[in-house]
Amino acid sequence: MTKKVEAPQGKPSANEIFKDESNFLRGTIEQSFKEPLSGKIPEMDTQLIKFHGSYMQDNRDERLTRQKKKLEPSYQFMVRVRTPGGTATPEQWLMMDEAANTIGNGTLKVTTRQAFQIHGIVKWNVKTFMQKMDSVLLDSLAACGDVNRNVMNGVNPHQSATHAEIYDYAAQISEHLLPRTQAYHEIWLDGEKVAGTPDIEPIYGEHYLPRKFKIGLAVPPSNDVDVYSQDIGLIAIVEDGELQGFNIAVGGGMGMTHGEQETYPQLARTIGYVAKEKIVDTCEKILTIQRDYGNRTNRKNARFKYTIDRVGIEWFKEELNRRLGYDVEPTREAVFESRGDDYGWTKGTDGKWHFTLFIENGRIKDVDGYPLMTGIREIAKVHTGEFRMTANQNLMIANVTPQKKRVIQKLIEDYNLTDGKHYSAIRRNSIACVSLPTCGLAMAEAERYLPGLITKIDAIIDEAGLHEEEIVIRMSGCPNGCSRAAMAEIGFIGKGPGRYNMYLGASFIGDRLSKMYLENIDEERILAELTTLLNRYATEREEGEHFGDFVVRIGVVTATTDGTNFHANAPAHA
Amino acid sequence: MVLQVENSPFTEQQVKLLNELLPNLTDNQKIWLNGYLSAPQAVAAQATAVLEGLQQVSKPKTITATILYASQTGNSQKLAECFGAELAQNQVDVNVASMSDFKPKDLKKLDNLFIIASTHGEGEAPDNAIGFYDFLHSKRAPKLDQLNYAVLALGDSSYEFFCKTGADFDQRLSELGATAIAPRVDCDVDYEDDAAAWLTTVQQALLKQSGQTEVATQTVTAPAPTSTYNKKNPFQAEILEKINLNMDGSNKETYHIELSLEGSGLTFEPGDSLGIIPQNDPALAAQLVEVLGFDATAQVTVQDTTVTVLEALTNTLEITVVSKPLVQKLAAFTKTDITPILEGDFHAYSYGRDLIDFVTEYGPFDWTPQQFVEQLRAIPHRLYSIASSYTANPDEVHLTIGKVAYEANGRARTGVTSGQVAERLEIGDTVSIFTKENPNFKLPQDADTPIIMIGAGTGVAPFRSFVEERAETGAEGKSWLFFGDQCFVYDFLYQVEWLNYLQDGTLTKMDVAFSRDQAQKIYVQHRLLEHAQEVYEWLQQGAVIYVCGDEKAMAKDVHEALLQIIEQQGNISREEAVETLVQYQQQKRYQRDVY
Repeated sequence: MTKKVEAPQGKPSANEIFKDESNFLRGTIEQSFKEPLSGKIPEMDTQLIKFHGSYMQDNRDERLTRQKKKLEPSYQFMVRVRTPGGTATPEQWLMMDEAANTIGNGTLKVTTRQAFQIHGIVKWNVKTFMQKMDSVLLDSLAACGDVNRNVMNGVNPHQSATHAEIYDYAAQISEHLLPRTQAYHEIWLDGEKVAGTPDIEPIYGEHYLPRKFKIGLAVPPSNDVDVYSQDIGLIAIVEDGELQGFNIAVGGGMGMTHGEQETYPQLARTIGYVAKEKIVDTCEKILTIQRDYGNRTNRKNARFKYTIDRVGIEWFKEELNRRLGYDVEPTREAVFESRGDDYGWTKGTDGKWHFTLFIENGRIKDVDGYPLMTGIREIAKVHTGEFRMTANQNLMIANVTPQKKRVIQKLIEDYNLTDGKHYSAIRRNSIACVSLPTCGLAMAEAERYLPGLITKIDAIIDEAGLHEEEIVIRMSGCPNGCSRAAMAEIGFIGKGPGRYNMYLGASFIGDRLSKMYLENIDEERILAELTTLLNRYATEREEGEHFGDFVVRIGVVTATTDGTNFHANAPAHA
Repeated sequence: MVLQVENSPFTEQQVKLLNELLPNLTDNQKIWLNGYLSAPQAVAAQATAVLEGLQQVSKPKTITATILYASQTGNSQKLAECFGAELAQNQVDVNVASMSDFKPKDLKKLDNLFIIASTHGEGEAPDNAIGFYDFLHSKRAPKLDQLNYAVLALGDSSYEFFCKTGADFDQRLSELGATAIAPRVDCDVDYEDDAAAWLTTVQQALLKQSGQTEVATQTVTAPAPTSTYNKKNPFQAEILEKINLNMDGSNKETYHIELSLEGSGLTFEPGDSLGIIPQNDPALAAQLVEVLGFDATAQVTVQDTTVTVLEALTNTLEITVVSKPLVQKLAAFTKTDITPILEGDFHAYSYGRDLIDFVTEYGPFDWTPQQFVEQLRAIPHRLYSIASSYTANPDEVHLTIGKVAYEANGRARTGVTSGQVAERLEIGDTVSIFTKENPNFKLPQDADTPIIMIGAGTGVAPFRSFVEERAETGAEGKSWLFFGDQCFVYDFLYQVEWLNYLQDGTLTKMDVAFSRDQAQKIYVQHRLLEHAQEVYEWLQQGAVIYVCGDEKAMAKDVHEALLQIIEQQGNISREEAVETLVQYQQQKRYQRDVY
């Protein structure tokens, strides 16, 4: 070791104290969820409940009305289900669908991390929902909170055999890094408390991690999981059709705070390669470095990306090698081509079929003329394969046998479901987070607004002749970045009602961050700017040049070469 | 002054004894004797001037009478007290009492019994009459051949069992051999004139017993009113606030209304009611005029005022209820045979029907607009339990009004007042109101007495007033609120206020029952039973129980739950539990405001 490194010292942040006093994530959750006069739970439990996969929210659309009516806000719970690689069986799908329609708000959300999200569950129904999940072997443990979250895995419709193997690693990593506390079982599943046997968290310890932690596995040439946005990004190295191991990238993350330059999005940096047999252990060792050196005094500086930037990538590699007991191998070659999904039918190498449905912003619900939720439900009733939720918030009906393909195709037609191919390429490459009305962090609309905005952008696109040009566009309601908007070629991050910061210049394949182009602008300005830029793109681009590269080349924005210069060189007029 | 046979009702012997005694009495002895002799009048004197001195005792007083009232909202009680005071002025030895305070065994000792009884709900006797009513209708009731009686019944003719309690008393007393000295009078919502006439008739009949023919006509009035506004002269209160307390998605619309009392001089206590004199839906009145085939501008005279028939039917007369007495009157104007509805299940017929239905179904009628309007009664006022404390909100009164809306016979129907409040009255409009005491629903005098409040839906209104009052006055007694409605998310009336009261300790405990939030229906009575032991402990500590809300949908089941709790927790028999609850009622430790 050449350099002395230690975790930042100082007064622990409030959440650290909550964790400390929680008795391994129990807190007073059990009592709080029984209290009958209010739909809310105390602050400490709202922090702890995240480790159980749930956020307390309220329908912000109703806040003022309810206040006037002498009612407390409509407190409700969102539950995020742990589905490594976005995989769910038809039985699990049907359970989620039923729960959404009986105790949820009648919709399901496919998240940008390939998980189900169910919204609008009132306090007293959360336990019911947890038990429904358990009945089909699902859980929400560690879907949120300062632990390793849902492990992402490319949906990869083509290489059936390697997908199965890589998915298996995703599931192993997820299982291995689950908290071991019995709190979840005791509170939600009426598990027995075993007297005298204290909980032990062999990996996390009693303080868990300083902040959330995310792992994603990508299978080149698809970077659908946005592997560089992860705390640990694993890039599968497949040679001669055989999975060998993974390149390892560390320290990516999207969140920042408006106006605080010391917070920034960052991309994971590749540090080497390990063979597949060692990958679970490698993830554990990386995570423990963050556990030991992460910042526990300031939550805004607690993500792994800041730890890496503080200790330096070289020191980190040395420490990892030390913990592993061997050196990680040199990085192997891997080339990404896109982040989007392959819509419609594709055939896997094992002869099974996959159909990728276009689901705008991942929201599954029935609307007039488009009974999406009902259609998927009917498919789930006959489907013998599985469902895979994609990182682009779409849904793959996976592993359809040739015999079932016709039945499923008929249901797709009967229910007017779509592969989205008739939409503009920009819409097919769009992502929006949930935002209003349920997300407590939201500053502006996202999911409810982006589709309409794209309809207006479509007019510009069509005028410019760019209908089939794939441009990654993303919108987040706040700078925490659930939609990974800082990695979009056109990115919007909410600033206030109807106001967004506009970012440009990220790469198409997700290996370069964007740069702020304009601050705090409204729709009129957004459309005016895009009209100019897209028309220039249509006429001035080079062969095969993507929009994100184009705006950098012509100097509309400077390239962000590292998260640490994300805020630097913003245009003067911003 | 020296007593003589001529100037006193005494015999010669008595005059002699008195004249020997009186001059030798000290002042203190005279005062004491004065009180001793006038004690029997004390009750009668509640609402009148106290009888003065020995002089008055010296007048003829050979008649004794007992006036019992069965009162839910206080009307019967007030009438009984006025009547008592008037009889006392006419030298009747009168005893005015609540039925719950009267020992039924004493019936045999009475000469004259006057009953003033209201009916509430579906023909039920008021809470303070239940014990007496049951006794009189039981096998234990004695023969009452010695007894003269008269009954004044109060009710509302829009209910099927109009004045039933009074009628039952009349019939039963007659069966027991008592003699009616005046026919029973059944009063409708506007009872004042009919009640006064009955009172005169009874008084004359009674005084005949003593050969006295002159009736003192001096009317006895209630304590000097603090306001010039009353039912006859309602105050036009401005609406300051109107909030539908239910969220979209609820099956209900419950309006929180705040009215200004500024300049009215009106005040009230927690537990009191507010009367609203509503208007009919103008659209409904217009439709009625149309089906009647009248010219809407035809002039009619109603209550000594000449207006158009449309105005009369909009502002003055009741058009939304088809009551039996009304149908009997209207029958004279049509050749269509109306006997089937009069002799059939009238309740089934009248439910959900208004005059538009009746006129459409049983015409053609042969009448003039004037003849038609003369058959109708005035729009009755509606009473609402006040939802605010005057102390906490001076010059304001708050109400919690549930909109009544349903469909019947192919048309959407709304309650007259609740429909007006929900659909036609807005902030800044005015509404005709008066205050109405409810002596049978009052916070305990002792602010340290624990209270248990049980209310569902709009039944929570008076408890808002109770808790506001206790917060304002710093009462330290424990309080426990049971509230029920359909859905937690949509229907938790005044939720934020209760949470605040719980936090600051004004409210000690609260339990809620939301019937539709789970597969099996859970109501307030279930919550009571869940907490049986603690409820019983509170009762042992002297807690007063208040129940407010729908009789059939709630109060009945709450009553049963209380019986169960007292029976099981007290480890006593069912009969003893019933007896305990009756005692609570008599002691005003179990008060109900049910409808």
